[in-house]
Order: sequence, then C-alpha cells, then structure tokens
Amino acid sequence: MTSRPESPPWWRNRRYLPWLVQGVGALLIGVVVAFLLTNLLLNLTARGLLLSWSWLGQPAGFDLAETVLPFDASLPYWQAMLAGLVNTLRVVIAGLVGATLLGTLIGTASFSSNGLLRRLARIYVEVIRNIPLLLQLIFWYFVVFLSLPNGRDALQLPGIVLAKSGLFLGSPALIDGVWQAPLRFTVEFGALLTGLVVYTAAFIAEVVRGGIASVPNGQWEAATSLGLSPLLTLRRIVLPQALRVIVPGLNSQYISLAKNSSLAVACGFTDLYSVAETTLNQTGRAIEVMLILLGSYLVIDLVISALMNALNGLVQLRER
Amino acid sequence: MASTAPLVVQASLLRRLQKELFGSRVDGLLSIALLAALLAAGLGFFRWALFQAQWAVLGANSTLFAVGRYPVEQQWRLWLLIGLLALATGLSWGLLRAFPGSGGVRALWPRNDHWAAAILAVLALWLPMALHLTPAIKVRWWGIFALLLLARWAAGRYGKAIPQTYRRLFPLLWPLLYLVGMVLISGGLGLVQVPPSEWGGLLLTVLMATFAILLCFPLGVLLALGRRSELPLLRWGSVIYIEFIRGAPLITLLFLGQNILGFLLPGGFSPDRVWRAAWVLTFFAAAYVAEAVRSGLVAVPAGQLEAARSLGLPMPLALVHVVLPQALRVALPATVGQFISLLQDTTLLSLVGLLDLLGTARTVMANPMFLGKNAEVYLVLAILFWSCCVALGLGSRGLETRLNPHSPSAQKA
Repeated sequence: MTSRPESPPWWRNRRYLPWLVQGVGALLIGVVVAFLLTNLLLNLTARGLLLSWSWLGQPAGFDLAETVLPFDASLPYWQAMLAGLVNTLRVVIAGLVGATLLGTLIGTASFSSNGLLRRLARIYVEVIRNIPLLLQLIFWYFVVFLSLPNGRDALQLPGIVLAKSGLFLGSPALIDGVWQAPLRFTVEFGALLTGLVVYTAAFIAEVVRGGIASVPNGQWEAATSLGLSPLLTLRRIVLPQALRVIVPGLNSQYISLAKNSSLAVACGFTDLYSVAETTLNQTGRAIEVMLILLGSYLVIDLVISALMNALNGLVQLRER
Repeated sequence: MASTAPLVVQASLLRRLQKELFGSRVDGLLSIALLAALLAAGLGFFRWALFQAQWAVLGANSTLFAVGRYPVEQQWRLWLLIGLLALATGLSWGLLRAFPGSGGVRALWPRNDHWAAAILAVLALWLPMALHLTPAIKVRWWGIFALLLLARWAAGRYGKAIPQTYRRLFPLLWPLLYLVGMVLISGGLGLVQVPPSEWGGLLLTVLMATFAILLCFPLGVLLALGRRSELPLLRWGSVIYIEFIRGAPLITLLFLGQNILGFLLPGGFSPDRVWRAAWVLTFFAAAYVAEAVRSGLVAVPAGQLEAARSLGLPMPLALVHVVLPQALRVALPATVGQFISLLQDTTLLSLVGLLDLLGTARTVMANPMFLGKNAEVYLVLAILFWSCCVALGLGSRGLETRLNPHSPSAQKA
C-alpha cells in the first residue's frame, strides 16, 4: 500500500461538510415547522377557526373608553383596532417627546457644577431603572392618578385642571360638578404617559450622559477659553459632537418605549394591545389578532428606526 | 498634633460641601431650592410611612405573597428547601473563604464577611418582627439563619480537612440542589403533586426568573454564535429569530404562548400555562442575551479563532476554549443587564393571569378588606425588586473588575 494522502471520505470532507450539516438542519427545521403547521391546520379546522379576515367587518359590540376617531359599539372590529392603534401612536409620540426632554435634562444635570443636582440625577437613574416598568405604571395609575381629587377640589392652574376625571386644557369649566373643557386627557392616558416618560427618561439620561462624556474635556476647555458661555459651549461645541454617539443609542430606547406602550392594559388605557385582547376574547380569532398585533408593532419599530437612521445621517460627521 | 487631624478633615469637608453646593450664585439658589424640596418630600414621606400607612396588609398576607396558594399541608417541603439552600450557601461561603486562591470563583463572594453577615443578621432578625409573623414562623426563620451561619463557620473551620477530590465535586451541589428543589416544589418521587397553578407569589417569581436565566444564557450564546457563523442557513436562521423576537413586545409573545401554542401542538400535549409562560420568557430573553454576547464576540480579534484553528483545534473546541472565554468576559455587563431586565419582566406574567408577586398583589388589592392599600404594597414590591436588581448589578460590576484586573476601569476601582 502506498501512503498517498487520500482525500477524506465525503462525509468528512471540508468542502461538503458545512452543506451537509446545513442540509440536515434545514430538513429538521422543515419537519418541525411542517409538524406544527399540520397541527395548527387540524386544530383550527376542528374548531372552525380557519384563517379568515371577514370577521373584521362585523360590529365590534364593545365600547372604547377613549378614542380620537369617532367610535361606538356598532362599528366593525377593524375600526376598533384602528382606534386602538391611533391611541397607541398618540401615547408613543407624546412619550417620545416627553422622555427625550426629561432624559436630556437629567443626562445633562449629571454634568452640573452643583454637586447635589449631579447626585440627584444619578439617584434618579439608579432608582427608576431598577424597578419594573409595569410596577411603576400600576403605581402611577392606582396610587397617584386615581387618588386625585375630583370636582371643586381638583388641582387648578390658569387654563389647566387636573382632576380624577382627567386633565383638562383650554379654559375648563365646572358644570354640574363635572369638569368640561375643549381638550381632555383621561387619567389612564396620563398614568401611562407619565410612567413611560419617567421610565424611558432614565435610560435616555444614560445615553445622553454617555454621549456628552464621549466629548473630550479639551473641547470644553477650548470653547471656554475662547470666551463662549457654558450654554453656548454646550449648544455649539459639545452637543453636535455628542449627538453622534447619542442618536444611535436613542434609537433603541425609542423602540423599547414603543414596545413598552403595550403595557397600557395595566392602567386601563385602550391601546392596540388591549383592543386586540378584547377582540380575541370575543371572536377567538387568535392567529389573525396575533398577526395584526405583531405586524403593527413591527411597522412602528421600522418607522422609528427609519426616522432615527435619517437623523443619524444628518448628525454624523461628513468627511471628504 | 493628633488632635488637629479631625479638624482638618472637617474643614476640607465643609469647604468641599461649600464648593459643591454654593460654588456660584446660581448653584446656591438651586441647592437651596433642591434642599427645600427634598426636605419637604422626605418629611411628607416619613409622616405618611409612620402615621398614615397601614402596613398590616403585608403581614396579614405574608404567606400569600411568599408562596401563593401552595397547599398548607405541603409547605414543609418549601421550608426544607429553604433550609437546604441556607446550608449550601453557608458551606459555599465558608469553603470559598477557606481556599481564597481559587481564581474566578472567588470573585463571586463578598469581600467583607463581617459586613455581609451583619446585614444578613439585621435582615433575618428584623424582617420577621416587622411583618408580625406568627411565633412558629419567626423561630423557623431564625433557625434557618442560624443554620446558615453555622454551616459557614463549620466549612471555614473544617473545610481544609476535606480531601481535594471531594472538594472539586462540591460545585456540583448547586445544580443538584436545583433539581432537588424542583422535585420538592412540584412533587413526584413519592411526594404529592402540587400543580404549577398553585404556585404563586415570590416562589413563582423566583422560579420563573431562575429558570429563564439559566436556560436563556446557553440559548443566547448559541444564537450569537449562529449569527456570526459562516454557514448561511445558520446565520439567517439566527438573524430572523433574533430580529423577530426583538421586534415584538413581550406581552404579545406571552399572549401568543397562552393563546396559540395550544393550536400548534397535538391536542393534550400543550404544557401548563405556567410552563408556557416560562418558555416564552426564556425564548424572549435568549434573543436579547444573544445580542449582548454578540457584542462580546465582536470584541475578540479574528486572529484568535484563526490561531486556534491553525493549531488544529476543531471548531467547537476552539470556540469553547479560546473565543468564548474572552467574549463572555467582555459581554458580562450587558448580559447581566439582560438578566436584570428579565427579572423585571417576570412582572408581566401578572398580565396573562399568573399569580406572581405582582399578580398576587393585585388580587390582594381586589380584596375589600385591603382596598386602598395600594401604596404600601407596591412600595414594598418596588423595594424588593430594586434591591434584587441593584444586587445583581453590583455583583456584575464586582465580577467584571476582578475578571479583567488589567482593564482601565479595574485599575481605577
């Protein structure tokens, strides 16, 4: 026998091995998926729940406590879902603005020359980040907003009234013991928004802090020695550089805020998830409801990502 | 000379305070406003906590908060488990202390024994009193605490006498204890079955969190490796899985687990609601852990894997012995961060009708006897979650500095 180096058998050959492994893997996954889908089809057929979308046109039969679009129980399910989606969008957009403002404030406060303020900013972040959001939402709703006074005792500022029945804006008036105003937000909305803003602001503060810390000290010193005021230094010199680090970090925080808005159900706000849950309980259409839910949140995530990527393109350093 | 030393310290402290709080006129005004607000808030809180709040709701429901509706006549199993846990903790503590040179494991333990023991003692003595537990239960808690200290002392005193082969086997105690614990909790092997629907409160929260943390980590590592693999099927499979999970809110996935999983499996094969939620939590967290681990994998230079492969190590061994130890060290803070949010996410179980800590709290609130005691209960839950999360975070930071002794952050610490 000559000792000619033989190529290894085909099942150990480097050239085929990866494909062999992947082929077997694909086969396994295919079998599992086929098994699950067969079960799904069998189970759905057995219960008469095969995929169909016609139920979306049937009257919903439930009322929503709070909508922007006109809605009542006689309108179809798809309009209920739409109203829920609009509610979700409302709270997400308001939450993004609020959390960004508060987060930036707290993030910059950790660079204050005032030691007390600096420590309070750290304490805020460490306290809020380590308590579950759901617990915070429930706390805001049941402990804070639901114990607000009502009627005459409501908290009143010029043009603003905060009562148990909601937040009233634009010359509110007490008519028969009930507050009325052109613009009203419910306490459910208020609790959800407050909870989301307070929670997300802690994370955004960390992102902002990291961004500002990434700007070398020399930049501050140089700007100050040129005679720029601290505020102007921050706006003209530090922020443009910090934003390059901050914007990508904000993106993921914004997306988690959008996803966290689905916890609205804990404080009684009728967002998309809560409408979907009611719809499922009434129709039993689990698959369709699930697809709508996943699809909607995916689209919201993608839109936020696209906007933030565009913003990122604007703030990044353009080099020749 | 010696008598002036404290004076100097005091002066510098005062000066530092003055500089930090009243450095400029704006700072001074700000400090006064903040101090006033803090004082008002603090006074208000203490007045509420001492005179208005009714803490009896916690003591009256302590069993419910601890174990949910776990059958009373079977609760001795949980006591036994707690006793075993205390014993194992004490033994590990003492042995680790007796053999300080054992590398990475040492980093898992508190630096200062006396402080740790003192804090434990205060908690163990004060908590049962504060909760107004019945004398029998108080005595049990104190006994368990004494057992822990005794085990620690015994292991520290006689640990050196144990032959090395047995000592090597000692860490296996923990996985063994986990299995024993599962049997004790759920029954089987001659014990009466206690179905998961009767677990609740802290027991359910801790079980779900440990189960999901233990399982999501290996899954996450596999997914992260898959995402960086050169095999397209593996890579795309991992990418699709990770992005799908990360694109959906956890609550919709829990909802999927509760409502759709039953359709996907043949009739009767679907696991219990509690286990369904546990698996959803695990698979959810795995996607996030995968991203954390990936950030560590990216930090390992490609030359490491190439060098290992060129030395003839097969791919799995090269990954396990060369790449992963370096990657996981870098990924440690992010991974523990994910564990912390997983612990927080267990509260979402209450939204799909499980009676974890938060779910139990909500049922207690619904009881007319305890109506309006929201603030007390939720405050205590918040403190509990906060301390667990902070402890995890501190532990991870300590571990990080001890695992990377040459990193700049460790030198500073």
